[in-house]
Amino acid sequence: MPRERTFRTEAIVLRRSDFGEADRLLTLYSREYGKIRAIAKGARKPQSRKTGHVELFMRANYLLAQGRNLHIVTQAELVEPYAPLREDLVRATYAAYVTELLDKFAPDEEVNRTLYQLLTDALARFALTDNFLLAARHYELHLLTLVGFQPQLFRCVVSGATIVEEDQFFSVELGGLIAPGHERADRNVRPISAAAVKVLRYLQTRQWGAVESLQLRTALHRELENHLHAYLAFHLERQVKSAEFLQRLRNEAQLRDSSPIEPNS
Amino acid sequence: MANILPQPVQQLINNFARLPGVGPKTASRLTFYLLRGTDKSLAADLAAALLELGEKTRYCSRCFNITENDPCEVCADESRDETVLCVVEEPLDVVAIERSRAYTGLYHVLHGALSPIEGIGPDDLRIEELVQRIDDGAFNEVILATNATLEGDSTALYLQRRLAGSNARLTRLARGLSVGGDIEYTDEITLSRALNGRQEMH
Repeated sequence: MPRERTFRTEAIVLRRSDFGEADRLLTLYSREYGKIRAIAKGARKPQSRKTGHVELFMRANYLLAQGRNLHIVTQAELVEPYAPLREDLVRATYAAYVTELLDKFAPDEEVNRTLYQLLTDALARFALTDNFLLAARHYELHLLTLVGFQPQLFRCVVSGATIVEEDQFFSVELGGLIAPGHERADRNVRPISAAAVKVLRYLQTRQWGAVESLQLRTALHRELENHLHAYLAFHLERQVKSAEFLQRLRNEAQLRDSSPIEPNS
Repeated sequence: MANILPQPVQQLINNFARLPGVGPKTASRLTFYLLRGTDKSLAADLAAALLELGEKTRYCSRCFNITENDPCEVCADESRDETVLCVVEEPLDVVAIERSRAYTGLYHVLHGALSPIEGIGPDDLRIEELVQRIDDGAFNEVILATNATLEGDSTALYLQRRLAGSNARLTRLARGLSVGGDIEYTDEITLSRALNGRQEMH
């Protein structure tokens, strides 16, 4: 934390809750200081100069005053509102998923500019792309790498042998792929197809620009999602709430026979 | 450390401290004010009001607002326009809209807003009851008056999906500049919506 009484930072609102009479308690992920908490006084009143600048998922420049426990927002100026996230329920849910994962994996007050960049890139992407499923998998893999939970996709986590692209096993507990023949090392091992291995590796090692045009079959999308959700739930030791909400939206769309909520699946 | 305060005093402090926005210091101050306050009837009135709060209030079976009688005053009032329904998040929103005196239709209180991050889903709100009510009723218009927050917007977008088949016209409250607000300090989303929704001057 800086020594000055007031300090500037650019940040994204990860969470916010009502506090006191008309204040908001914000959880911010900031470029300069990592995850911090701050109070925006009076932000629930429509007349407040801060109101529209401290909403969820918004990127803004903050002037903060150091408090004993919490910082106080003295000024906030919007940089990027990611407006489409507010006008489409599926986009909003994916944005919630992005910030929920980051909030759960990022420790307090640990600076990580690459992680901040990943977050802003992901929000911008979900405001734009229709390839939701691929963007979500790409984000998950890159997030896991940055927070130290990168799944091992190139060597067998039991024998250390190089993985060849064929049908394999995936162990969430041991943290990566297991080559055929060693699968008994984990009782809860999950079979994984050669195609899924290939896509996971491709996503893990490349930037979005190189992968965004990838079109996958629905079944393969489901397989990738199941593996990664299981992996995330194991490391977080709980389910991701916004992922459950997303599943509900999918089920309801299916019940009504309307088109799938993720067009590319 | 032994508890210095008598048990009834400590008990009241602890209970005050459970209220939102009240910390241990405020809780002690409130308790001691009641204990030796000059306003003798305050403690008794407060106790009676608290008891009545639990005993005499319930949810209106139509609009789910908090009420003493079921149906509530608004639902029972025959002079109100029964073809317009205003959907709000909280009972206090009904109070605010009533204060504006610009609305004469009926209400439906959801008791919250959808929040994927906090895990608040459609089943935690009075959404099924709303869908049922619109299916059964003869509403010409349903006004979605949820908050202008991300959760409020998400709730409105979700209701739009759920009510897609109904005959009623779905509307959403306008966004724009607040009274006494400076354009200079207005965020760009509000400003762009204010521009899009600009009105002809007569």
